[in-house]
Amino acid sequence: MTGQPTAAGGSAGATASADPPAGPAATSRWSRDDLLSGAIFIAIGAAFALTSASYELGSLLKMGPGYFPMVLGIILVAFGTAIVLTSVIGTLRRGSHPVGESEGGIPWVRGALVLAAIMLFGFLVAPVGLVPALLVATFLSALAGHGTSPKGAAVIAVGLTVMCVVIFVVVLQLKLPLFVGMGG
Amino acid sequence: MDFSNILLGIQTALTPTNLLFCLIGCALGTAIGVLPGIGPTATIALLLPITFNFDPVSSIIMLAGIYYGAQYGGSTTAILLNLPGETSAAVTAIDGYQMARLGRAGQALATAALGSFFAGTVATVVLAVFAPPLAEAALKFGPAEYFSLVVLGLVASIALASGSMWKALAMIVLGLLLGMVGQDVETGFPRFTFGARELYGGLNFVSLAVGMFGIAEILRNLQTGIHRPSMVREVKNLRLGRKELRQITPPVLRGTVMGSLLGILPGGGHVLASFTSYSMEKRLSKHPEEFGKGAIEGVAAPESANNAAAQTSFIPLLTLGLPAHPVMALLIGAFIIQGITPGPNVINDEPVLFWGLIASMWVGNLMLVLLNLPLIGLWVKLLSIPYRILFPAIIAFSTIGCYSLGLNAYHVFAIAFFAVLGYVLIRLGCEPAPLLLGFVLGPLLEENFRRAMTISKGDPTVLLTRPISLTMLVIAALALFISVAPAIRKKRDVVFAEED
Repeated sequence: MTGQPTAAGGSAGATASADPPAGPAATSRWSRDDLLSGAIFIAIGAAFALTSASYELGSLLKMGPGYFPMVLGIILVAFGTAIVLTSVIGTLRRGSHPVGESEGGIPWVRGALVLAAIMLFGFLVAPVGLVPALLVATFLSALAGHGTSPKGAAVIAVGLTVMCVVIFVVVLQLKLPLFVGMGG
Repeated sequence: MDFSNILLGIQTALTPTNLLFCLIGCALGTAIGVLPGIGPTATIALLLPITFNFDPVSSIIMLAGIYYGAQYGGSTTAILLNLPGETSAAVTAIDGYQMARLGRAGQALATAALGSFFAGTVATVVLAVFAPPLAEAALKFGPAEYFSLVVLGLVASIALASGSMWKALAMIVLGLLLGMVGQDVETGFPRFTFGARELYGGLNFVSLAVGMFGIAEILRNLQTGIHRPSMVREVKNLRLGRKELRQITPPVLRGTVMGSLLGILPGGGHVLASFTSYSMEKRLSKHPEEFGKGAIEGVAAPESANNAAAQTSFIPLLTLGLPAHPVMALLIGAFIIQGITPGPNVINDEPVLFWGLIASMWVGNLMLVLLNLPLIGLWVKLLSIPYRILFPAIIAFSTIGCYSLGLNAYHVFAIAFFAVLGYVLIRLGCEPAPLLLGFVLGPLLEENFRRAMTISKGDPTVLLTRPISLTMLVIAALALFISVAPAIRKKRDVVFAEED
């Protein structure tokens, strides 16, 4: 790895020149991504560890069902803490949080449509059958697309439903009822 | 090498059914390699439930074809549109796209295809030669060795990953914990199920993979939108002259060696291989100033390297049952769905599967050359499928696929859950790949730890006193150290910077 000095030198130069202008652009001194993800890991780790504590722990020789997840839960809390601490220490040292986070907002409406499509498919497929459930799911998810009108979404929904029925039921022979309780 | 095995493999790969499945896999792989917004991980996850209905050998052959086919497809768009469909093709775009701008797109594509084919052939031989003895050695491993091996695999997988090491470590542990959900193997005690019967068998692997790699990615793309260039250059003159052939031979050879070696490493070895071989060629070249301006060597080396690595990354999977990256983790899922336990026993217990898969890889590589060079225009046309039609199709496929696993709506709800979890974590800078590896390896890790402790009568130092186990833990510690060492970290960030 003879080229390392040049590569490392190049990147050091790049970060040095990128740091000062990041000051005004950065909205807060703390890295929201680090603090939040650290908190999530601490919370999940603690939840797993506490739940495991109610199971039989056993000993190293004869481990109960709670032993291994308990240890892992504690390790996750430790890693979450490490994420928070390294971020805080880094911020204090540098004076600004690292650039390159946050791609912008969250697509609330579009995301909700996609998730609703998936959930509704789950709720509908058994009681009403594959075809109506698919129509609903593909229509809702198509609506989430950029520049798709309700009419366009309906066209996409019908097309994709036909395609899925052909692929899954005709070609792959999956035993899925197409319609339920609709005289079909 | 035992030639009867090779013959068995060739016979298996050449049955009409398996040829068809191989072709489907390669074609599908090329297609999703070309299309941005869906990668091999999501595609294989989507197809896992369907493969349940197929013969094990055919389905694994198809899924493997998707994986290495995507490497071919990714380089096509990298060269023609400066749009690497897969991360490993990012380097190819540097000189490949410049060649295309100079009107040498055909030559760049031919170089990529021939280099990949050569590398794929060599790497397949490497796989056939080295996998059996490695599996033989692994058969002697006791639980302590296996535990340390899994630890090494998990740690090594993040040493090569980009981003924060602490976050990657936390994602591994979160994956391990999610893998604990369900009935405890030894006592049958239900853990973290909150009384839900559906969770007794554990969280659904397919739902997790589809949610985190398929749907979470859609949620991200819905924010930014996917922009596609409509301008596609005419491709003509795919022929390489004697001068070009002489130019590309050494880089192809070096790229193949580099790729075969790095591919075995856990975690994105194929990405690292293409970056490393590119910078090596640049350093060895007599005219390094041409790199970045359309040097044919800059296409030949990384393309050979990433394809060789794609093939040899099957070695840890097939010999140790250890996935090197998410796609391999999904293949483990495919093995388990088919009732095959991945690990050193596969070669002896399932010779048809093992040798058939290897032979099919070579057949697949040949198919890819034939599929890609003459039909290049067809693949590029795929780019005209708008994303607003593509993503509802992905959603429809995932929901039907997961529902068809036992006709249980819970598997569908689980997709939504993991999509949200995956989206949040990805937005906070945590890559989902280590989580998937942890999830797959969690039960293996626990089982071997418990067995090791039972055998050693509860003495944890057994992990350090048995030489093989100790060696692996030391390597794991070194890998961790290397990944935090500032000098190497900087270089690593440079390597992966272009990926994002």
